[in-house]
Amino acid sequence: MWDRNQMAARAALELEDGMYVNLGIGIPTLVANYVGDKDITLQSENGMLGMGAFPFEGDEDADLINAGKQTITEMDRTAYFDSATSFGMIRGGKIAAAILGAMEVAENGDLANWMIPGKLVKGMGGAMDLVAGVGRVIVVMDHANKHGESKVLKECTLPLTGKGVVDRIITNMGVFDVVEGGLRIVECADGVTEEELRAATEATLV
Amino acid sequence: MKKVYASAAEALDGVLKDGMLIASGGFGLCGIPELLLAAIRDAGTKDLTFASNNAGVDDFGIGILLQTKQVKKMISSYVGENAEFMRQYLSGELELEFTPQGTLAERMRAGGSGIPGFYTKTGVGTVIAEGKDVKNWGGQDYILEEGIFADLAIVKAWKADETGNLVFRKTARNFNPPAAMCGKICVVEVEEIVPTGSLDPDLIHLPGVYVHRIIQGQHEKRIEQRTTRKREEA
Repeated sequence: MWDRNQMAARAALELEDGMYVNLGIGIPTLVANYVGDKDITLQSENGMLGMGAFPFEGDEDADLINAGKQTITEMDRTAYFDSATSFGMIRGGKIAAAILGAMEVAENGDLANWMIPGKLVKGMGGAMDLVAGVGRVIVVMDHANKHGESKVLKECTLPLTGKGVVDRIITNMGVFDVVEGGLRIVECADGVTEEELRAATEATLV
Repeated sequence: MKKVYASAAEALDGVLKDGMLIASGGFGLCGIPELLLAAIRDAGTKDLTFASNNAGVDDFGIGILLQTKQVKKMISSYVGENAEFMRQYLSGELELEFTPQGTLAERMRAGGSGIPGFYTKTGVGTVIAEGKDVKNWGGQDYILEEGIFADLAIVKAWKADETGNLVFRKTARNFNPPAAMCGKICVVEVEEIVPTGSLDPDLIHLPGVYVHRIIQGQHEKRIEQRTTRKREEA
């Protein structure tokens, strides 16, 4: 099984030189630590391309935050813009990929990650725009919920963030592609057999 | 053409009305019009609808107007980090029109650009699409979203000249330009008002045509998630 950092490192392999990429909150944020020498420009949907590392203590700037509201820094290549422009480039397909967390993913590529009716109301933020607009949607999440039930489902039970939008799923147990008729196993995580992966997955595997 | 006012209260005098629709700039607590929000609280204006990406936190930003029950409805994409917002919403005291972040920004930009509606693929196949007109182009469904025409826009910028030309700073720009555009009246608070002619005309982010009243003031600029790294990691 992979831990959070190993999942992030695996997700970083999806990124190619020259890509403009949007990383979601949580494990996806860690992907930035594993891009190595690849020339990747990170977009923050609150209005920035070329997102840098967290600032040194004492250098925090209230005017410089990421979409998770964390203080960050700028780079030589950084550009700032307003929210309408930011989502213009997202909706317009200029951002090559988004790496996002999820509550549930279904075998048809449906994604749910914004609310649990009656319980958790956070809002979709920019997730609905991102999954509708970017070139490639990669989900990184734990394979099972805290009750041990598969989050990789035949059908989502929660309100959707996007319908048929997910291209690839990376969990702590393995990697899947959304294909005709269900999910195809791309690889198993370290120490996980294909039998174990199939047994832990509710979705149809083709 | 006098645009500069002495205080937030003076700049909002005669502008505030119960039940009005206010578009506000800001993302989280970054680039929010904190002085104007405090003045609206002090004015006691009621039954307000806010088009704003977030509602601040419990005791800062629009959160202060939730505490005083001055807000009837929010048009927002994200309500996390604000316990009072969630409590009022789940108890039915507060209406909430969930709007995807990019759709909200575009609804403001469209309203300010004389565009009453536009089609977007954001939200297709989700609850956001319910009841909305759908059109298909090239095999892809798009849903109709409406421009926002606000009675008032409240905005935070870094610098203004005396004619209202604005410059924003870093990610504090966010929703401020589209919010400013969609207001019938736009009131702006800035950190510094500079003499007309001292801003480079090529580097103005929002031209003064959108701006009606300006105040200068001291900003707390609270940080929501202070995240740092240690110096030795460099």
